[in-house]
Amino acid sequence: MRIHHHSFDAVIVGAGGAGLRAAIEAAGECRLAVITKLYPTRSHTGAAQGGMCAALANVEEDSWEWHTFDTVKGGDYLVDQSAAQVMCREAIDAVIELEHYGLPFNRTPDGEIDQRRFGGHTRNHGEAPVRRACYSADRTGHMILQTLYQQCVKRDVNFFNEFQVLDVTFSEGRVAGCVAYEQATGDLHVFATKAILFASGGFGKMFKVSSNAHTLTGDGPGLLYRRGIPMEDMEFFQFHPTGIYKLGILLSEAARGEGGILRNVDNERFMERYAPTVKDLAPRDMVSRAILTEIKEGRGIGPNKDYVHLDLTHLPPEQIDAKLPDISEFVRTYMGLEPKTQGIPIQPTAHYAMGGIPTNIDGEVVVDAEGTVFPGLYAAGECACVSVHGANRLGTNSLLDIVVFGKRGGRSMAQFVKTADHAPLPADASDDVRERIERIFASTGTEKAAEIRSELQDHMMDKASVFRTEESLSEMVTVLDDLKERVERVGIDDKGEVFNFDITEALELGYLVDLAEAVVVSARARTESRGAHWRDDHPIRDDANWMKHTMVTRQPDGTVTLDYKPVDGDLYVPMERKY
Amino acid sequence: MAATMERSEGGQSEPTGEEGPTPVERMTVSLKVKRFNPETDDKPHWQEFVVDGVEGTDRVLDVLHQAKWYQDGTLTFRRSCAHGVCGSDAMVINGENGLACQLLIQEVGTSITLEAIRGLPVIKDLVVDMEPFFAQYRSVLPYLITSDEPGYKERHQTAEDRERFDDTTKCILCAACTTSCPVYWGNSSYVGPAAIVQAHRFIFDSRDEGSADRLDILNEKSGVWRCRTAFNCSNACPRGIKVTHAIEEVKRAILYDRV
Repeated sequence: MRIHHHSFDAVIVGAGGAGLRAAIEAAGECRLAVITKLYPTRSHTGAAQGGMCAALANVEEDSWEWHTFDTVKGGDYLVDQSAAQVMCREAIDAVIELEHYGLPFNRTPDGEIDQRRFGGHTRNHGEAPVRRACYSADRTGHMILQTLYQQCVKRDVNFFNEFQVLDVTFSEGRVAGCVAYEQATGDLHVFATKAILFASGGFGKMFKVSSNAHTLTGDGPGLLYRRGIPMEDMEFFQFHPTGIYKLGILLSEAARGEGGILRNVDNERFMERYAPTVKDLAPRDMVSRAILTEIKEGRGIGPNKDYVHLDLTHLPPEQIDAKLPDISEFVRTYMGLEPKTQGIPIQPTAHYAMGGIPTNIDGEVVVDAEGTVFPGLYAAGECACVSVHGANRLGTNSLLDIVVFGKRGGRSMAQFVKTADHAPLPADASDDVRERIERIFASTGTEKAAEIRSELQDHMMDKASVFRTEESLSEMVTVLDDLKERVERVGIDDKGEVFNFDITEALELGYLVDLAEAVVVSARARTESRGAHWRDDHPIRDDANWMKHTMVTRQPDGTVTLDYKPVDGDLYVPMERKY
Repeated sequence: MAATMERSEGGQSEPTGEEGPTPVERMTVSLKVKRFNPETDDKPHWQEFVVDGVEGTDRVLDVLHQAKWYQDGTLTFRRSCAHGVCGSDAMVINGENGLACQLLIQEVGTSITLEAIRGLPVIKDLVVDMEPFFAQYRSVLPYLITSDEPGYKERHQTAEDRERFDDTTKCILCAACTTSCPVYWGNSSYVGPAAIVQAHRFIFDSRDEGSADRLDILNEKSGVWRCRTAFNCSNACPRGIKVTHAIEEVKRAILYDRV
């Protein structure tokens, strides 16, 4: 196996919104490489639809403090409040900056950036929905990804496309480098670097029904977890209420922001019962539970009564064309239905990891409850946990997260490498990756990665998704013990060097299984219900015992241990979460 | 496999809550893939995969995955989002360019041929070298060029000015248009439809001041005048962009020195 060597001041892993925004900040400041296993424009930021909230107050009164309150309450008070303040305050600058970069926002009649409603975003601490989401039709994420990539092209950022980072090297207690697998050649590349920022996205492919891309397998957090970096709040995984039935393809919350209504088999607007004030615009965790409760109680639609309708038929057709064109096309393409005249079958779909690599507000990875920084290690975007989303992220706050904390992480990393020197890179830095790859090539095992992944997705959906119990989670632990063992026996057909996606998928599966274990162990310990983590056997939020972040660590012997750290901030006192 | 919804084209029924999945018909699909492995093959060859249990609402990508995952792991193609927004899986499907994740079996039939997109070097099976394509994209200065200092607030833009370039903002750089173009097949120095679409997105943006430079680039012999208005590109675009129309608008902007 050929091994190449590179040396940079800083490396960014992942080229979605967070990675690209960090690259804009660091380019020109240091010798920078951006490594992505896709082409940058294939990143899943491009699938985000509805908008990006910022209290511009272009169309009605608003303030970033209200936005902060909504974010904290939406996250069921597990949000670190000072981090949420930073995000919501800097949101305004972030949107203006994207406009200056050329992002084609929809406009008001006065030519300003237009804004619309989104779930959980309210005026004056919950009085009524507020127009806060800046948007570009229902392809806001696409526009953000394109715009940030354009700015990287302008700055001549150095990309390593279709290189998959598979390991990180630490020495002297700090970052020394990383190891990447080049898909086009099968070669390994060792990057000596003073700092690495992970912006590698989520891991929603551990669930069967998912809005996530096939490539969202948690490589970044997975490889750090294996190197002993703790993961924070992994039990909090968001299910978006409106995924296309069975396919899981996202239908933006903007559909409800524009006036869409959820209806059960009786044609009832059932959200009126669950969230009397904001109704269909309640936060996602509540709406997803409401949908599944309707289904469980026999008010689902269809022969199996296993979905409900998203109803847009009362909206003016021109509004659907202008504001929701892409999702309308998805419905036509994949369901053969016309959203202007027909209800759309939907069900909750695995969407977003609130948890991930623990960081502070400058993107520095922190490894314990005291906030100790791991020198040279950074993370931003969905793979990170700042935590601004707490137990449940509000819609649009992910696009905000990637630009605000991508920028802050990129800036602090560029600052760091100006004074830091290279940690000595061990000569055997690539040995572990090479052995892992060679072992799979040499394996005579008959287990198929696709089969194991499919079982993982089925069981996670069944036992560890929207509703959980001690019983379901302990069953999942047993399943994972079996899957972990079988992953070791995966064999592949393709023994070639060039574009061997057979081995890529086998390697990705390992990360998914490890992270699923982190999710399940964290979820099993948390004997309360908060945000997206709902325990049927512990249906009450328990602030006395559980107002704290989970830190899950994989020990060198493979056992998984739990620790906790306090939630930051007392600006907002926890109260019952009603909408 | 994937969805089980009946596909009722343009149905007008009210949402009574009673329509929905009907008993699913399963079918067998023949997938003929033009394969090439640079490590073992001198030239490409066709291989047929027979996939059972396919539903009409399954995507071509789903069937490809079944073949790769359960029959032959060496079958190689790019993909990511699986719903037509990332642009990874452009390929020639029954002779026409499209995204494998956007076409359903009931549209393309149960006998399917798949080839790599044309005009870019094939590396392995359905994977082509995308570098020339992205180099052409970069050559048209695909970013907002301004000289003003907008200050703290956003620049203003009327809804009409915003609408002017809306169509070309949809591009996902999948290369389906460029690799459907007969001119591009014969002359890979042609900048190609996708790069022109990307240039159009800025040329007709009222905020941009870089049009003169872009129009100069596109007025060169590798630029818009290579276009013979075959309309293949417009038909191939999975985002429904009126690509040929955009190219015509750029030609007119060069001829009449205005946007």
